[in-house]
Amino acid sequence: MRHVLSVLVENRAGVLARVAGMFSRRGYNIESLAVGTTDKKDISRMTIVVEGDDRVVEQVIKQLHKLIEVLKVSNITNEEYVGRELVLFKVMADPTQRAEIMQIVDIFRAHIVDLNKKTLMVEATGDDKKLRAIEEALSPFGIIEVVRTGKIAMVRGQKSHLE
Amino acid sequence: MINGAEAVVRGLIHQGVRVIYGYPGAANMAIYEALRRSREIEHVLTRSEQGAAHAASGYARVSGEPGVCLTTSGPGATNLVTGLATAYMDSVPLVAITGQVATEMVGTDSFQEVDITGITKPVTKHNYLVNRVEDIPRILAEAFHIAGTGRPGPVLIDIPKDIAAQNCAAKIPEVVDLPGYKPNYKGHPAQIRTACKLLNEAERPLIYAGGGIIHSGAVAELLKIAELLEAPVAVTLMGKGAFPEDHPLFLGMLGVHGAPAANKALLASDVILCIGARLDDRVTGRTDKFATQAKMIHIDIDPAEISKNIRVQVPIVGDAAGVMRDMLLRLQPAKRKDWLAMVAGWLPLQEQAYAAKADELNAQTVLTKLNSFTKGQAIITTDVGQHQMWAAQFCKVNRPQAFISSGGLGTMGYGLPAALGAQMAAPNDLVICVTGDGSLQMSMNEFATIKALGLPIKVLLFNNGVLGMVRQHQAVFFKEKYFSVDLVGNPDFKKIAEAYDMAYYLIAKIDQVDLVLQEALANGRATLVDCAIPKEQMVYPMVRPGSSLDDVIIAMKK
Repeated sequence: MRHVLSVLVENRAGVLARVAGMFSRRGYNIESLAVGTTDKKDISRMTIVVEGDDRVVEQVIKQLHKLIEVLKVSNITNEEYVGRELVLFKVMADPTQRAEIMQIVDIFRAHIVDLNKKTLMVEATGDDKKLRAIEEALSPFGIIEVVRTGKIAMVRGQKSHLE
Repeated sequence: MINGAEAVVRGLIHQGVRVIYGYPGAANMAIYEALRRSREIEHVLTRSEQGAAHAASGYARVSGEPGVCLTTSGPGATNLVTGLATAYMDSVPLVAITGQVATEMVGTDSFQEVDITGITKPVTKHNYLVNRVEDIPRILAEAFHIAGTGRPGPVLIDIPKDIAAQNCAAKIPEVVDLPGYKPNYKGHPAQIRTACKLLNEAERPLIYAGGGIIHSGAVAELLKIAELLEAPVAVTLMGKGAFPEDHPLFLGMLGVHGAPAANKALLASDVILCIGARLDDRVTGRTDKFATQAKMIHIDIDPAEISKNIRVQVPIVGDAAGVMRDMLLRLQPAKRKDWLAMVAGWLPLQEQAYAAKADELNAQTVLTKLNSFTKGQAIITTDVGQHQMWAAQFCKVNRPQAFISSGGLGTMGYGLPAALGAQMAAPNDLVICVTGDGSLQMSMNEFATIKALGLPIKVLLFNNGVLGMVRQHQAVFFKEKYFSVDLVGNPDFKKIAEAYDMAYYLIAKIDQVDLVLQEALANGRATLVDCAIPKEQMVYPMVRPGSSLDDVIIAMKK
């Protein structure tokens, strides 16, 4: 099963290496990892998507807690949260196909962010399902390249995980 | 104004450090100069950096205080790695300081540069690369705090040489503030209640005692609980010394080469109280067949150890001593005649299992005789291999911090430098390094350090001319196809002893044991006792790797 962990860490050199190293050393699979600063400049948030049964994830969380620079680990998998990824697609598109592609882009509320004679670049954000759907819709035209971020996630409601 | 190097030395003095094991080099010269000037800390020049780390570990395990080692950059730092990993696996508090090339050279593959913080991340509890001189007092205070609290472990501080030379105005902080590090010492009251209820209702309780009891200083509490509950006690290799081995409730060591009574009791018990142990594969054997009848209570200060290898019913995260004191308020005295009679029935199995030939020189006889002289009060260090298991089986240890062995990592070459550190931590105690001819040759260079310090360490060498444990595995699992286990080219150990001004004794026959040991232990100087044992001797009993604990090989049929 896929778990989404929201991890607060001290914003210091080497923290990412420590977290990533712990995952590889203990044989845990990181599906995606996204890091960014929070509203407190000395604290960063990592959103880690990890594959494994409950027992594996329990160990992952405990091992994360053991790292001195890890401040808080929340498993938000079963909470109400908004999860988003951003994807860039480079799609084959000669001028005659542009209109059709633009329709698809509109349907998914994505954007075209670059254009030349032979290709288009599409920017899309959303959850896994939506991004899979747009990828499927664009693939008949020929996708040349895909670049995607890891998932970031925020729990719904008034409370802040920084507290 | 002091410089960074002097700030390091001040920080060490502030932490109460009395001795450092180290090796100088280009990148730590400023720290050596500061040490020279301060004169408050004794510096021991070991003969390799690995020896420095192991000596610091021996010192830490006997004194209970963090051990300190200091090396230069590059190879000086990489030579520490085995020592750090050894300490990490056995939860030994160490602070290792390494010099690093100057800041502007970092990342350029300059002379003697290595990314030691990168290399040691998986084998340290935490590590630091210092990039501002003002951070030194804080980092030093944090390092000692992290190394010595919670589940102890090694911490490394890497200090570029230019930073060590810069002026440092920062003061030693009064408190250490690490928001991400708050070890939990007090056990959860509801969990403690549940655990006590289980134990009070148990018919066949067993105590599974690990090294955490020694780290926590919970030896008295363990004795009280065991006697109150009339619960037999089995120990892990790291737990030797946590419970007096001459006590009627003592069963022996658990695991692959453990005492049959201990392993059988584990499989037969209905409630296991596991304290300060990690349920390592060398103890559990096949996890799906491990103590299937028992409910398990697991006390450990490291939450990550709980339910890592074996699912437990009652986890208690906390410091062993405190948790056990809380438990003592709720536990009821019990009489368990039937259970103790059952367990007593297994005790004779030990004698059969070990089964040494009466007329042949063997470790069992030597070590049993050694006990009769030491009364379990000597500090025993070991290397790794057959002799280590024999020492674990036959050396009776009746006090904590007196059996010093590389349990988790199984590091050959640990015993001699660890004995060096142990003897410095306990100058008035008898320190005996039990070793083999394979292991001893991995750190024999430290004889020079021992000579320089004039330490009266006794080295008890089981010399069989082979890598005995590997040979044993080739005998049992590879149909006696022996390869690369003969230690051809072994030195004449008598000459080695002479070269380092040590007393030397050879024991070739079983009837020499008594006299030689008596003399060797009483001579007051560094001594090598060379026991010539046949290479065919095996460590029994032996659980097949990956099998259940009751799948025991007692002796090979010839």
